[in-house]
Amino acid sequence: MNITAIAPKPPETPVIAASAGPLALYRAMLRIRLIEEEIANRYSAQEMRCPVHLSIGQEATAVGACAALRTDDQIVSSHRSHGTYLAKGGDLNAMMAEIYGRETGCCGGRGGSMHLFDDRVGVLASVPIVGSFIALGTGAALSFRHANQDRVCIVFLGDGAIEEGIFHESANFAALKKLPVIFFIENNGYSCYTNLEDRQPVRPLADVARAHGMPSVQIDGNDVMAVYAATSPAVARARAGLGPTLIVADTYRWREHCGPNYDNDIGYRTPQEFESWRARCPVETMGANLMAQGTLTKTAQAELATEIGAEIDAAFQFAIGSAFPDPATARDHVYA
Amino acid sequence: MHEPRLITAGEAIREATDLAMAADPSVVLMGEGVADPKAIFGTTANLSQKYGPQRVIELPLSENGFTGIAIGAAMNGLRPIIVHQRVEFCLLAMEQLVNNAAKIHYVSNGAHRAPIVVRLIVGRGWGQGPAHSQSLEALFAHIPGLKVVMPSSAADAKGMLLASIQDDSPVIFIEHRWVHYVKGHVPPGMQTVPLDGPHRLREGDAVTVVSNSYLTLETIRAAEELAKEGIAADHFDLRVIRPLNVAPIVESVRRTGRLVTVDTGFMTYGIGAEIVSRVMEQCCMQMRASPRRLGLPEYPTPSSRSLAAAYYPRSPDIAAAIAEVAGAPAARIASLRSTLSADRESVPLDIPHHSFQGPF
Repeated sequence: MNITAIAPKPPETPVIAASAGPLALYRAMLRIRLIEEEIANRYSAQEMRCPVHLSIGQEATAVGACAALRTDDQIVSSHRSHGTYLAKGGDLNAMMAEIYGRETGCCGGRGGSMHLFDDRVGVLASVPIVGSFIALGTGAALSFRHANQDRVCIVFLGDGAIEEGIFHESANFAALKKLPVIFFIENNGYSCYTNLEDRQPVRPLADVARAHGMPSVQIDGNDVMAVYAATSPAVARARAGLGPTLIVADTYRWREHCGPNYDNDIGYRTPQEFESWRARCPVETMGANLMAQGTLTKTAQAELATEIGAEIDAAFQFAIGSAFPDPATARDHVYA
Repeated sequence: MHEPRLITAGEAIREATDLAMAADPSVVLMGEGVADPKAIFGTTANLSQKYGPQRVIELPLSENGFTGIAIGAAMNGLRPIIVHQRVEFCLLAMEQLVNNAAKIHYVSNGAHRAPIVVRLIVGRGWGQGPAHSQSLEALFAHIPGLKVVMPSSAADAKGMLLASIQDDSPVIFIEHRWVHYVKGHVPPGMQTVPLDGPHRLREGDAVTVVSNSYLTLETIRAAEELAKEGIAADHFDLRVIRPLNVAPIVESVRRTGRLVTVDTGFMTYGIGAEIVSRVMEQCCMQMRASPRRLGLPEYPTPSSRSLAAAYYPRSPDIAAAIAEVAGAPAARIASLRSTLSADRESVPLDIPHHSFQGPF
């Protein structure tokens, strides 16, 4: 792995400054990991009273892909959206307050963990209906084309979403119109508790792109540099008006489909399978590589964790200290 | 100042679309057939030549996908008009309309908007059958966040379509195919008609009658004949199914004490059921007779004209129902039925009759 191969600085400063070097990507992954672990730690207090779908183990896909974007580019994602929201620069306080159901949440407490957005940084929407958001992201790309802008949209979908008709409908339209959209599959091998082999025939997932006449690439989704390296040319291609790309990034969800716990004991996957993926932890692997290169030291790593920890503590304090929305506002904004 | 011209509702819809697209470059027209030679029964004729393929977008057969694409584009500032040649095609897009279009403004605490218009066309006659002729406004009207509009005149078709395109909420705009043929005086230019609820078409003190879409035209004819018999209907064209403005109807029923609803859709769980419920909640004690609903029966629309003959409420049925609620004697009701039935003798029941084509 060549972790110094970072592309030149894109026209607008991205939220994760890939140009700042691999350390920035490592820090972004570590931050997402620590945030989600703190959610898991505190979940049993039953103050976060909405479903949470943690992306622990999948940090490299969100960070590597978003590092290839500009701030004015957009993303859409599914129910498992904390990682992508944070990687694109979504406000942590607003995310935590939303999960806590507070008025300072990004949706003012109307959406919960599964409906994150932040217009300042191009997090257009997350929608917890598998596949539903794929069309929204494709529509965002259509709007860029209409406005003659060189912005792009990344649609983060899971392996399950390519079973939905709306994926193929959107891919067909995007390819037909050469829209600036990237279909980024975070393939964690499971739809809830059903594995890929029980849902789809054996063939490379990336091959579905051929049916829609678009290029595709399959990559190690736990290698943030590989993710960045694959996403950057896809973004450049989309920006140049050459159309969509399908990226399949293989990764693994460490914890249960929904909730804070590990679930290797309930029988749908083996502890051995989990351990094999944990040994390939995207955050630890990147940290070890950076140390081997001399870019990161144990001391610097500890300082990073302390600094991020303070930010997380402040975000939880912000959320818990925020007011609940006024019940009298529950009827607001049904119509624009 | 131009004089209103006599044009059909179908022509009025095309004119509204053309005006909206000329005035606002963010308006785009999307659908299966919008740019083809038939041009959605002529309602999008020549628009693709005038505005080009970037703004008149012929679509692949991907109803849910392109509805979501329209919503995503609308969140970024476009104003897409989607057209389905039949209501039923839009059933494939219910997921996007219900999960995203209807909720995006609410869930984002007012930050996001989905200003799309979804034009749906209700088929009728010539053996359209069970999957090409359903009037499913009740399905859409069930969902908070959607607006549902059903014009019955050429002027409303134009003015309310313009208002729908300018509206920042998603609007389901339901056109009855037989309303497309209706002629009326339509003002030229960008004249919107507000989406503000029922319009009183005839004032009376005997029975409050609420109808929608094509059946408003049959009800107009019924009310004319009832008036000759001394039964004065207070007739409202509902026009906006959601949000439902029931206040003028309640006010009317407080005077008449009688209510008849006439729906183009299925009667059970239909629009009439909602109107009767709202009215009874507010003025039950002022009722002088039980309310009455007319709508489609408890079976799908058959194709054969023999099976479909008794399927739709027609002006004789509407007049009879109103007269019954008004307490008219049986002989007068029978006479009304036979007078109105004679209207239709010259024309088969499965095509629109000239007496319902206006000008209104």
